[in-house]
Amino acid sequence: MREVEAIIERYGAERRHVIAILQDIQARFHYLPREALLEVAARVRIPLIDLYSIATFYNCFSLIPRGEHVIRVCLGTACHLKGGTRLVEALERELGVRQGEMTADGQFSFETVRCVGACALAPLVLIDGRYYPKMTQRKLTQVLARLRRARPAAEVAR
Amino acid sequence: MKIRTLEQLRALAEELRAARDHRPCVRVCGGTGCRARGSEEVLARFKTLLQEMGLTEAVDVKFTGCHGLCERGPLVSLAPQEVFYQGVEADDVRAIVTETLARGTVIDRLLAQDPRTGKRARREQEIPFYQRQHRLVLRFNGLLDPTDIRDYIALGGYQALGTALTRLTPEAVIELIERSGLRGRGGAGFPTGKKWRMARAAPGSRKYVICNGDEGDPGAFMDRSVLEGNPHSVIEGMIIGAYAVGATQGIIYVREEYPLAVQTLEIALAQARDSGFLGKEIFDSPFSFDIEIVRGAGAFVAGEETALIAAVEGRVSEPRQRPPYPVQRGVWGYPTVINNVETWANVPIILERGPEWFASLGTATSKGTKIFSLVGKVTNTGLVEIPMGMTLRELIEEIGGGAPPPRAIKAVQIGGPSGGCLPKTLFDLPIDYESLTEAGAMMGSGGLIVMDDRTCMVDVARYFMDFLRDESCGKCLPCREGTNRMYELLTAICEGRATELDLELLEELAQVVKQTSLCGLGQTAPNPVLTTLRYFRPEYEAHIRERRCPAGVCKALIRYVINAERCTGCLACLQPCPQQAIRGQLKQPHVIDQERCIKCGICHEVCQFGAVEIV
Repeated sequence: MREVEAIIERYGAERRHVIAILQDIQARFHYLPREALLEVAARVRIPLIDLYSIATFYNCFSLIPRGEHVIRVCLGTACHLKGGTRLVEALERELGVRQGEMTADGQFSFETVRCVGACALAPLVLIDGRYYPKMTQRKLTQVLARLRRARPAAEVAR
Repeated sequence: MKIRTLEQLRALAEELRAARDHRPCVRVCGGTGCRARGSEEVLARFKTLLQEMGLTEAVDVKFTGCHGLCERGPLVSLAPQEVFYQGVEADDVRAIVTETLARGTVIDRLLAQDPRTGKRARREQEIPFYQRQHRLVLRFNGLLDPTDIRDYIALGGYQALGTALTRLTPEAVIELIERSGLRGRGGAGFPTGKKWRMARAAPGSRKYVICNGDEGDPGAFMDRSVLEGNPHSVIEGMIIGAYAVGATQGIIYVREEYPLAVQTLEIALAQARDSGFLGKEIFDSPFSFDIEIVRGAGAFVAGEETALIAAVEGRVSEPRQRPPYPVQRGVWGYPTVINNVETWANVPIILERGPEWFASLGTATSKGTKIFSLVGKVTNTGLVEIPMGMTLRELIEEIGGGAPPPRAIKAVQIGGPSGGCLPKTLFDLPIDYESLTEAGAMMGSGGLIVMDDRTCMVDVARYFMDFLRDESCGKCLPCREGTNRMYELLTAICEGRATELDLELLEELAQVVKQTSLCGLGQTAPNPVLTTLRYFRPEYEAHIRERRCPAGVCKALIRYVINAERCTGCLACLQPCPQQAIRGQLKQPHVIDQERCIKCGICHEVCQFGAVEIV
């Protein structure tokens, strides 16, 4: 948890910086590990329950680990009109998990997001931060297949 | 270099302009839409090619903010040739350099083409999409490099600030803003000058100004494009506002989902500090001021002023009762002015051109221009800026180019989840604060989502209610419970399980939530339901009485069937079907087994002959 200490250090152990601290922890670990929250609570001297309420209130935080590839389906209004929900259903079928969950092999996390402000590209899917414009169910299955193949053989064997 | 006087700034602008004016310049759109379509690669190709040719010093290559016509990206504009290319790929770069840059020859296939007339436009202003716009806040988007303050200075940037600090009293600045008639561009349309005057008058040993860049409305990206394309216009507006109200600290609250905006702002703030526009004794006046960035962690309710303040203070973003208003008691209890991105960006323009000029644009009560993100089922999606008072029809049909054929436009959703859906019959309505509110919608921050005959209005209402119940902070009961119950009722209607009584209950519930919720989120949450009920009641009734979705959207009420006359028997839909529900042989019409079909619609998506129909 040296990294968590460094993040707290960067902002200062003050209540008003708590959200920024958690954002940086989230960016580093892709979720908020329990130990990290305990550390922040102790250093900033705020009750753990307050951190928990912040972590569960804001959309960008996750209390469960994320997979190797993070798939985010945009469900902004324009994406909804152009079939974003169908993409969500397709992913649920393909990956066998619900939105907000991770596949058992830890390869994919699947989330939805309310508008990333790229509405001209609707429906939009983000995979590991990359934009996939005008997505279709068909293209989505193809991208998933490519990502699965790209996995190192050693890892698959394990 | 620190700028100390207005004369020094003007001289620098002159010098920068003179050095650039005769140099050819390639401007590649770096907006999110164009980036997703590969504009970064286009930019890199220009740079390597010019380097290979030994022309790096002779030609400027820039990554600019969003040009607006996101539908046709990546966009590239060339000066001094004044040529505007669209749909540019990295492989087109060599031709652009050797033909257009070197010889002035225009490459026809890269010019924007009007789908109706087939005419190609050479300049940006010749494209119908741009012709009817009045780009004021967006005037420099697409011209300047947002990561280089010298570009903004060369175009006259920060001179309005210099004028305010050295020639005007704070009261005089407030008076100018009042006379201009500027109203908040975040949604409610509160007069900006009045807000500033209240904050100035409020007692407080410290004062704050905040830029609300949370832009939580789904289907909206105006503020994102301003922050990414011209961050200094927002910063300059904030410094002027701070001077006017007597604030010493500024905060830009920007959502984390906009990483590029955060990054661009960080660069811009550092450059403004280096130039002396932020920090101590700006323009050698006694006025000192600085700005910090606070990243929003994702909460729609943070668009509400008091909830935003809670988020800035590091708490859960819940609103509180008003009064006291933030101009009296804001961040940490100090008087605070909160304006949105577009409002701040208008401030330097008003000082530069004068309040009378600004007030000459728009209608009697709504002055200036408004930026909209025009998206959904419309031909030209993108970012548009129009004078207030333009009709919805002009905006959607003329600028947006209508619906892509063969579909027909049915409605437009304006104002985000707090706004409403207006039918085609109201498209002659002028776009101003009062007209939209009277019709049951609202200006909102500028999301404009076009819907066609394949959009189910009940599904749209359900979509917004799902969004709102998710984003309701849970502090007050009417909003927390009301949005959930309304969502359940709407779901029942979409699934064909509802009765007429449910419709009555929905209407009653909508009124209760509207009248008794604590903050703006709950008070406006029923708007999508109320407007769709007001203008599209027959669609609700079809779902309830006939168990039918007229638009063919609600899954429980539709079936996919193959039109045997259109089906060529190409087998393309057989393999993608996750249920193996489609049977058929080559050159024989295929058939969908309704027992197996889960209505995923993938066959509809892959069929090239339009043979899969929704009934």
